[in-house]
Amino acid sequence: MNSPLNSPSKPTELVGAAPDPPFTITFDGRRLDALPGQSIAAVLWSAGILSWRTTRGGGRPRGAFCGIGQCYDCLATVNGRPNRRACLVTASPGDTVTTQEGNGHAGFEE
Amino acid sequence: MPGSRSDTCATDGASEGHEALPEDAFHDLAVIGAGPAGLAGAVTAAELGLSVVMVDAARQPGGQFYRHPAAATRATRPEALHHDWPTFTDLRDRLRTGGVTCLFDHHVWTVTRKAEDDWTVHALTGDVDGVCEPGDGQRSTRVRARAVLLATGSYERQLPFPGWTLPGVVGAGGAQAMLKSGLVLPGRRVVVAGSGPLLLAVAASLVTAGAEVPELVEASSYFGYAHHPRAVAAQPHKLTEGAHHAKALLRHRVRPRTRHAVTEAHGTDRVEAVTVARLDDAWRPVPGTERRIDCDAVAVGHGLIPQIDLATGLGCATRRTADGAYALALSPLQETSLRGLWSAGETSGVGGAQQAMVEGELAALAVTFRLTGRRPAPLSRLRSLRRRRDRMNAFADAMTATHAPRRGWTRWLTDETDVCRCEEVPAGRIREAVTEYGARDARSAKLLTRAGMGWCQGRVCGWAVSCLATPAPAAPPEEPPSTAPDRRPLATPVPLGALADLPDPAAPLAPADPAAPLNPADPTDPAAPLGPADLASPLDPANPADPADLLDPTEPAAPLDPANPAAPLDPANPADPADLLDPTEPAAPLGPADPAAPLDPADPLDSANPAGPFGPASPLDPVGPAAPEPRLLPPDPHLPSPAPHPPPHHLPPHPTEGQPS
Repeated sequence: MNSPLNSPSKPTELVGAAPDPPFTITFDGRRLDALPGQSIAAVLWSAGILSWRTTRGGGRPRGAFCGIGQCYDCLATVNGRPNRRACLVTASPGDTVTTQEGNGHAGFEE
Repeated sequence: MPGSRSDTCATDGASEGHEALPEDAFHDLAVIGAGPAGLAGAVTAAELGLSVVMVDAARQPGGQFYRHPAAATRATRPEALHHDWPTFTDLRDRLRTGGVTCLFDHHVWTVTRKAEDDWTVHALTGDVDGVCEPGDGQRSTRVRARAVLLATGSYERQLPFPGWTLPGVVGAGGAQAMLKSGLVLPGRRVVVAGSGPLLLAVAASLVTAGAEVPELVEASSYFGYAHHPRAVAAQPHKLTEGAHHAKALLRHRVRPRTRHAVTEAHGTDRVEAVTVARLDDAWRPVPGTERRIDCDAVAVGHGLIPQIDLATGLGCATRRTADGAYALALSPLQETSLRGLWSAGETSGVGGAQQAMVEGELAALAVTFRLTGRRPAPLSRLRSLRRRRDRMNAFADAMTATHAPRRGWTRWLTDETDVCRCEEVPAGRIREAVTEYGARDARSAKLLTRAGMGWCQGRVCGWAVSCLATPAPAAPPEEPPSTAPDRRPLATPVPLGALADLPDPAAPLAPADPAAPLNPADPTDPAAPLGPADLASPLDPANPADPADLLDPTEPAAPLDPANPAAPLDPANPADPADLLDPTEPAAPLGPADPAAPLDPADPLDSANPAGPFGPASPLDPVGPAAPEPRLLPPDPHLPSPAPHPPPHHLPPHPTEGQPS
């Protein structure tokens, strides 16, 4: 899927990026194009997706905030593992990202 | 696979990538942080013949300032989003040729010392990108070195406002970081807001990358610099850098609007607009000046805070900067109050990349002298670095004072505004902790409300909670909140297994107290003096490499550095870098150590310490237990009273009331 926010992909043109062809990851079942080397948060932003977590208390949507691994606001469930910082995880072909609800243990036995 | 560590420094031009070090390999110098300060320090020391290992959490060198796309993006013009890129490529090339051992994707969580020339840096590698779960395949690594250079930089200060938790509101530095490395923008139309010169760089990056920046909102006035004409005039490169950003902003018709702030973000599931209001001198919004600006993202930040948790965990002395943040107190040659632990870059005060590189080089020269006894040649280089560093310090102080948050900002918070993003603690609950339960400092507010007890351990909300919890009705608006430096025994979440693996479990958890008398009778004392096995240490005057004969015995003693209580100069140790100082020079540019600074070596195992690794706020526990008992900590005899405690009935009804108009 092409990026609604960043299309045409001006930042990649700006730095003269010439990566291998994009690959696909899924977010809540939706297929997204990812560039080699991008973090999962960057892939989501480039698809115009800004939130991939709901808070434990108020169930409010959250996504990347500090962008450098300090704030833990961008936690996502990646390939079934909750609580991963999407801004630090490099996307890989076939990754399955799902919105993380609350503490990330919804559906898990306590 | 996730967490792939293929982007090693080898692909980016450096040396050994992720090769595990042989257990107990002993280096001369361990550098923590691969930003401008760490890079300059590592390459300088390596070129002077030290064996150097550099550790960084990222997958490639550069830090935040020289953050750039991963090698896999094959960017042919990475310099497009950078000022002064050739300086970085030069350092990167020297890193490769200088033989520095690079450990990227290594998250340092604590530093311990056996002696002043025997340090261990503990790092985790593997899947450390999330909140740890047991059995996640993480590996712990230990790096031993005779000296440590701490170059961990800074992180962004955030002042909350209604709606700031909406998706699309991001850190100003965060927006720039995501752009520099991920080549993405948070939106098409991005309001840039907050305070500090970083905003100019962020706005310039965003418009260069194709975003529209309808407003650049700066809470301070640039006229503040006019109060420091000498400091400004001595820094022509800062003006060049400013002009570089101004050119980009002018070309895209972005005009900074000073003395204004974003006081609210609007939207339901993501930001759709913001309210911008004019501020008075105390940063209180002026009623009737509100304007609404449509946007789909907000990049916001109010300056930078030194990242010093590894050093405060060891008990290093700190000082307060002009905006009230805590930075490390250093000797004139970049040594902390703990002998053998050095620091460069923003850990000692935020001053930008140029200053960081000068400090890194200076520290490397001093470390080399300490370890080898070889005087830097030519010595004039060292003098020139010190002069440049001092001039840059003066400019950094002017900058910090100009953009320092004023206390009136809390007026734009409603009681419903979440202050702590992790634990979803609204301002009203913190105000209640102050007015109803007598909290007078951030720690008490934290215990009463859980603010700062979540995943980020208060890095995002800490400043705001301090402002709310330490009302200063009679204080001038520029008075920073009264608080103590953050104490986080662990700099990153670690699995219990890594803690259990420590050779001496007591070592990292009992921060070395620079003031504590050594106990020679206790061989297990981590601070014990060197034993017979250490006789080969070059610090030992009996060492044949001892350069005592290089010194002129008639030379007057080097001046003692009042900011450096842990480094009493040892006349028997001729390799003390303080010898490099000119004894006729005026005292160190840094003032005496902040009396609030020496941290008490409070045992983090103490259940009364909520920030401890095993306390209720442990980041190891993403679920989080029930709220703590609403009780106050007993006063900590080691810490100065954070603020005078007026009797409760003297309290104003609201912590922000009663400030001077």
